[in-house]
Amino acid sequence: MVHEAVSPSQRLLEPKDLSFLQQVIGLYGNDPTKLLQILREVQEHLGFIPNPAVSFIAETLNIPRNRIESVASFYSFLHLKSQGTYRVLFSDNITDRMLGSQALMERMCQQLWLQPGKVSEDGLVSIGTTSCTGMCDQGPAMLVNERAITKLTHQRIQEIGQLIRNRTPLSDWPADFFQVEDNIQRAGLLLGNTLTYGETLQAGIALGGAAIVEEVKRSGLRGRGGAGYPTGLKWEACRNAQGKEHYVVCNADEGEPGTFKDRVLLTRQADLVFEGMTLCALAVGAKKGFLYLRGEYRYLLDHLLGVLQRRRDSDLLGHDILGIKGFDFDIEIHLGAGAYICGEESALIESLEGERGVPRNRPPFPVTHGYLQQPTALDNVETFCQAAMAIHMGADKYSAIGTAKSTGSKLISVSGDCPRPGIYEYQFGVSVQEILNDCGAVNTRAVQISGPSGICIGEHEFSRKLGFEDLPTAGAFMVFDDSRDMFEVARNFVHFFAHESCGFCTPCRVGTSMLKQTMDKIAAGQGTHYDLAEVENLDHVLQTTSHCGLGRTACNPVLHTLKHFRPAYESRLKSLSFKPAFDLDGALARARQMTGRDDAGAHLKENE
Amino acid sequence: MEFPVSDTFQLDGKPVVFETGQTVMQAALAAGHYIPHLCYHPEFKPHGSCKLCTVKVNGRTAASCTMPAEAGLEVESDIDELNALRRTLVQMLFAEGNHFCPSCEKSGNCVLQALGYDLEVHSAGFRHQFPDRPLDASHPDILLDFNRCILCELCVNASAEVDGKHVFALAGRGNSKHLIVNAESGLLKDTNIALTDKAMSVCPVGVIIKKGVGFSTPIGERRYDQRPISQQALDDAPRPPSGEAHD
Repeated sequence: MVHEAVSPSQRLLEPKDLSFLQQVIGLYGNDPTKLLQILREVQEHLGFIPNPAVSFIAETLNIPRNRIESVASFYSFLHLKSQGTYRVLFSDNITDRMLGSQALMERMCQQLWLQPGKVSEDGLVSIGTTSCTGMCDQGPAMLVNERAITKLTHQRIQEIGQLIRNRTPLSDWPADFFQVEDNIQRAGLLLGNTLTYGETLQAGIALGGAAIVEEVKRSGLRGRGGAGYPTGLKWEACRNAQGKEHYVVCNADEGEPGTFKDRVLLTRQADLVFEGMTLCALAVGAKKGFLYLRGEYRYLLDHLLGVLQRRRDSDLLGHDILGIKGFDFDIEIHLGAGAYICGEESALIESLEGERGVPRNRPPFPVTHGYLQQPTALDNVETFCQAAMAIHMGADKYSAIGTAKSTGSKLISVSGDCPRPGIYEYQFGVSVQEILNDCGAVNTRAVQISGPSGICIGEHEFSRKLGFEDLPTAGAFMVFDDSRDMFEVARNFVHFFAHESCGFCTPCRVGTSMLKQTMDKIAAGQGTHYDLAEVENLDHVLQTTSHCGLGRTACNPVLHTLKHFRPAYESRLKSLSFKPAFDLDGALARARQMTGRDDAGAHLKENE
Repeated sequence: MEFPVSDTFQLDGKPVVFETGQTVMQAALAAGHYIPHLCYHPEFKPHGSCKLCTVKVNGRTAASCTMPAEAGLEVESDIDELNALRRTLVQMLFAEGNHFCPSCEKSGNCVLQALGYDLEVHSAGFRHQFPDRPLDASHPDILLDFNRCILCELCVNASAEVDGKHVFALAGRGNSKHLIVNAESGLLKDTNIALTDKAMSVCPVGVIIKKGVGFSTPIGERRYDQRPISQQALDDAPRPPSGEAHD
């Protein structure tokens, strides 16, 4: 690596910075497994993680400094070089784009005189994009220094640009910028519950651990994170697994583009989430739990810590919970730092241990070898809520809701082309058309179910039903009307996967980026039938050889849109059978930039 | 020798005896059956990143180096479908870095190149990415040519587990993942690497290069010039101590 004379990573540490570092590392018990949390705090405090800080942390924790660089460079929100005092990231989900995010970003770049991805020369600001921030129902959205801002308009962008120019501290920005709405459009079992804190826990204690497992098994509850594994079986396997200690982990790394229901549950039903986790702890015999919160939801941290403290004060967490001797359990919150892959359970556990979020080889599975290689019950936010409801209602009543193989309710995050986006809670078995009717969507061309890794369905399939029997879903429901170009939708998703690939295995690391280039080539009007064949070839390699679900599903958006909307691709193709990706005119772009020319004479004529 | 039936699985229709704890790859190599592989090294715990050793186990694809051997598995490896996938993966690795075999001093000793020949990769397949990866020639005795790195992590593990040094680590994510060294300057000369380190000898391609000895063995007389990798790899694999061969 060549370093510039004054490298942006070489900020000198002042004595107050050093004492801050010392304090943070001490707060985390000088524990290398807390490395990600330490780095996140340093990033928050210093704006980035300068080289001397890396050395200091390495020495204090007694770990190699390249391990710190290795971990920090894995997460999008951690920076080893300064990205400016203000780091602006536009959420780049297709729903943000549909609401005009690209024009807003261009406008802001013009206003602040900078190029996307570059830091301004005075080191004040950088502007870039990030994967879906989970504000699809109130986009376009952005993060400024990891704080969520919603409902962007040209006026709001103008104001933000002005605040940045004036170097106004983020804490003095108008509060309504940071307002996040819940947008609950339809409440059911979970969102309409009237339970009081500790009520289901009392019921669980009356049952006891083994009976909780049985009850959850009988309820038919299946995981709400997408895979749909029976929750009761998972808890049972974890309970029966041998280990020094058992752990409960809640996956709140809600990264699937188009999904935001966990955000609303954590906002409105945090007690139910923690109650579900505590019931699980009782069932599997855990004393320690973690909630892994995605970095984009950093703004929820204080609220969640407050709820945890209230529960401790109410004897619902801590030692001898509700007076039961030996029933000890407490929950710690870990924050992610911008890595979709950490939603995969074994990658999440790696991240919890302060490592790069690379999925493990399975088997063994987390139920036997999870956090610190100990038995770990890891479930989605909504799953813990549903489990608490199942215990509260009893398995018989609970399993009567929904369908035979998909019991209970499901929260759907509706966004895209409809007048009423937001959260809709339905019993399983609801049809796509019913949801479209409820959210007021008209002239709908397609719905992306369960995010980019899920499935894209066309009009003739709107009678299909949500549930494990037909259309399994983690909750995303993005609506596209007949004005939308489904090729561009797929291209956005392909870019997402290339950005989020962890890079561990060859097919996903190389394949997703090849797929991205091929889609870009087609978008630029340079595609041929050869490229469509290459897309299909890449899809096959990704599906059959990838290490984890990310690679295996990365081609779904292309496969599904090719199936339903092939003309959207073919209309862009050249009639040739092959055209090289090399763009002669494009190769002159740098020369044009250097000479400040963009006239006709500075361009090659097409087909010259 | 007689083995209970429960201790064998089928590989391309032939029985393979295995010991508890072995993976499909380990058992196959020990029994004299070759499965193409790249990031797997018999002396290190397999981690399964290159995916070249992908096989079909009871109809489903899996990396054979990490797949635990189990009695009764039906494993397919040497079939057209899988060899086509392996060719594509090799093409991907070639396209991802900057590999110029004719001018590379590792030519003939390079596992990636040898696999290319053995799997009959006749074309580039993908457009090359031509990434910008500066060399690190700072160390007096050792050159690092990152252009050829295939991110197999063998040097990372060798340095950590055998040498106890952590000279190497992987940084970045996705297609910007890259190898780094353990020094504030980012340069190899400021690490405690030594020529005698295990990490010096595990690189399957030409990233970690000892200076001053480049062409002491002429091209044409090198490891994979003499025998294809499919034969060479079997010699490198740990075999049962008593020497019995299983077919």
